Amino acid sequence: MPLDSKTTGFKYIGTRPDRPDGIDKVTGKARYGADAYASGMLHGVMVRSPHAHAKIKKIDASKALALKGVKAVVTRADFPTGLEGEDWNIQENCMAGEVALYDGHAVAAVAATSLLLAREAAKLIEVEYEVLPHVTDVDEAMKPGAPAIRAGAADYSVPEGLHPNVMRYIEYGHGDLDAGFAAADLVMENTYKTEAAHQGYIEPHACLAQLGSDGKGEMWVCTQGHWFIRRMSAAVLGIDVANLRVTPSEIGGGFGGKTTVFVEPVALALSRKAGKPVKMVMTRSEVLRATGPTSSSSIDVKMGMKKDGTMTAAKVTMRMQGGAFPMAPIDSALDCAFSCYNIPAVHHEGYDVLANRPKQAAYRAPGSPMAAFATESLVDEMCRALKLDPLKTRLKNASREGTKASFGPTFPRIGLVETLEAALAHPHYAAPLGPNQGRGVASGYWMNWGGETSVSAALGEDGSVTVSVGTPDIGGSRASMALMAAEALGIPYENVRVNVVDTGSLGVNEPTHGSRATYATGLATIEAVKQISTKLCQRAADKWGIPAEAVIWEDGCAKPSGPNAGEFPPLAIGELAAEMGGTGGPISGHFEATPSGHGGSFGTHIVDVEVDPETGYTSVLRYTVVQDAGKAIHPAYVEGQFQGGAAQGIGWALNEEYIYGADGRLQNTVFLDYRIPVASDLPMIDTVIVEVPNPGHPYGVRGVGETGITPPLPAVANAVHAAAGVRLRSLPMSPPRILAAIKAKG
Amino acid sequence: MTQIHVTTTVNGDEVEFLADPRETLLDCLRDKLGMTGAKEGCGTGDCGACSVTVDGRLVCSCLVLGVEAEGKKIETVEGMAEGEKLHPLQRKFIEHAALQCGICTPGILVAAKALLAQNPDPTEEEARYWLAGNLCRCTGYDKIIRAVLDAAAEMREGV
Repeated sequence: MPLDSKTTGFKYIGTRPDRPDGIDKVTGKARYGADAYASGMLHGVMVRSPHAHAKIKKIDASKALALKGVKAVVTRADFPTGLEGEDWNIQENCMAGEVALYDGHAVAAVAATSLLLAREAAKLIEVEYEVLPHVTDVDEAMKPGAPAIRAGAADYSVPEGLHPNVMRYIEYGHGDLDAGFAAADLVMENTYKTEAAHQGYIEPHACLAQLGSDGKGEMWVCTQGHWFIRRMSAAVLGIDVANLRVTPSEIGGGFGGKTTVFVEPVALALSRKAGKPVKMVMTRSEVLRATGPTSSSSIDVKMGMKKDGTMTAAKVTMRMQGGAFPMAPIDSALDCAFSCYNIPAVHHEGYDVLANRPKQAAYRAPGSPMAAFATESLVDEMCRALKLDPLKTRLKNASREGTKASFGPTFPRIGLVETLEAALAHPHYAAPLGPNQGRGVASGYWMNWGGETSVSAALGEDGSVTVSVGTPDIGGSRASMALMAAEALGIPYENVRVNVVDTGSLGVNEPTHGSRATYATGLATIEAVKQISTKLCQRAADKWGIPAEAVIWEDGCAKPSGPNAGEFPPLAIGELAAEMGGTGGPISGHFEATPSGHGGSFGTHIVDVEVDPETGYTSVLRYTVVQDAGKAIHPAYVEGQFQGGAAQGIGWALNEEYIYGADGRLQNTVFLDYRIPVASDLPMIDTVIVEVPNPGHPYGVRGVGETGITPPLPAVANAVHAAAGVRLRSLPMSPPRILAAIKAKG
Repeated sequence: MTQIHVTTTVNGDEVEFLADPRETLLDCLRDKLGMTGAKEGCGTGDCGACSVTVDGRLVCSCLVLGVEAEGKKIETVEGMAEGEKLHPLQRKFIEHAALQCGICTPGILVAAKALLAQNPDPTEEEARYWLAGNLCRCTGYDKIIRAVLDAAAEMREGV
């Protein structure tokens, strides 16, 4: 698609205006998932399996239904049969069929006139289980003798002889691996493990659902993508998508975890059965036990390097469990494993494995942080062994425009070299360190995404413009869209109002995921408002009696242009808008596409830590994020993405993990025990925005949301090694593990 | 279970509601009084999204029972602005882009206001430790801490 492109000389792009939804969000007026109420509304509560793996022998709801005020109970029997593929997986995850597959798996749900009553009723639903053997560790799940969670469900890609828990197998690469390792002066190979981490959004999943016996329904829901929620809920319930209208609430964080359904189809089923609206809000424990954390992983990496730091060959084998369902993100993990480097020979192997854990969901750059932990830790170990500077070594091997990527295609214009040069030049990299302190660096990559996108823009009678988008505003995107519309039309930022609209108002939009909103919705916004200015030029041309080609749009005005246009005073958008009813009718613009020019974003991080040799506790002293944004539309929110990604990565590196007991039950189901970083855990997080324009966006935008979580895992591990002299190859690097490593070293 | 009649003051206004003795103050604010500014992020007092003050003391309203509000003075995020004039903390949060999704923002604003009431000139470290009970998953806290310190400076100057 030909796009006008502009990368300099902006009037609004790159400024930092107040976000349009700011006042609503600082005064408590903004309405999130749990903030909706409906007349006659019931409250829905889920009954969940206390077992990691158990056959459901019998469900008896008679005692619950006998309680006054209990209006409906649903089990899997209330959902249609015959679903296939991912639709079946989603249905099975929302409500267990014959077998409960993990601790916290939903087995029944009840709706009652109050939340307290619904909770009481849920306890009265009697479920008889036959406990089955379980497995929660990815390596254990692949061993002979491990319980088969869904025998016979593996796809065609899995070679014979592997455990039935292996659902998918991927293998690819290029170059002569043996020759590459033979040419190296140093070959190193290690195994790395990461534990599952949860996205940790502060807002639990919530919805208010209404579904009639005629199959027509409405739902209010906190989600990253309401068209996804519509499609999945309709599939799980066997209704038509057009009959379900889904309105997104404000969303209290998602990070990938709110791109799928958990309670939504169940709330709709309860509503249909009870004939009343049903609200369902998860507790924090439900969020941790039963929504999708990321995968846990076990990774072997081997790399060859010459004495001068040149990488000669690399091989990765990645095993990931995605819970009791296929689709652990082995694909993107493998694609990201060596994406930072130009290596002549690479080989990738991946195993997607089942375990008795909740169905994994996307978490910010799915798979990439684990891959980076393995590769970037190994690169650091090799630089130490060869006494090489880790940033200069990365620069020597860095992918750049024209490099054949480790995952196949040739890179277009990318910004890794620029981030490495900026990191090398940053005063942080040369700052002195004290005793027990160490510095680590690492780079990371995320390919980003375009995706289905539909945007409308409508001109108001006073020349202001309403933009309707379908990507929920999760971190200031209304401000970014308004800036891009203002820039394209040449009107003030304040004259653009951006609304996130429901599924009945636009064509299909993919969620705010894949770092795509500013890129794809932004591109569609620019193109939609340009249709408005084109139509306004026509109206001005008609008025002046000259051809439309002789009119240009500049600074919010139609102006005659060219040798034969004649002399006319410019017509401002407000003047043209005021008379549009009489000059041809309402004016709007609309743009739909699945843009594919999303440019990948690279980042390089520097971190200083201090490790207490007596306790093994790691303090993060200083942190710098350098990342390519292509073009920062609203720099403050770009910085915010960099900082937030770093903070989540630090939490994953040092503290966060899913802890399962021998009984297969999750042991840390509240925020006190699943402890995410708090304000006193972190320093200020310095940011450097590198801008290497993406040729696939009119203003050069690259998505920035996800890359930032990728380098922290290895960067912190590399810093811990520098500070304490011990190499941690398993995450999290919690104090007991670091202390054990220090003691083992002696 | 029998409901108990509660009379209390919220943001300066006297209000009444009936509460089941098991219901939290957060439930009562949200579901009985329609004040949904305070959020439930955890229900166990770990995230601070439900922060309010009771007689001037900062609490997690998910750990206080609704019936305990009898005769007390409750302050919530809805009471921070005076008419159309935002509290300096609210203004600085917007100005510094100190919120992304915004779900933790009401609780953090209430907690920060309580901090500045007793310590008008906090250091960065004091602000970080005071706000350690308010989880934010989006921002990494950088811009939040800057906004709080900037608001404190402005309030000291009496702008």
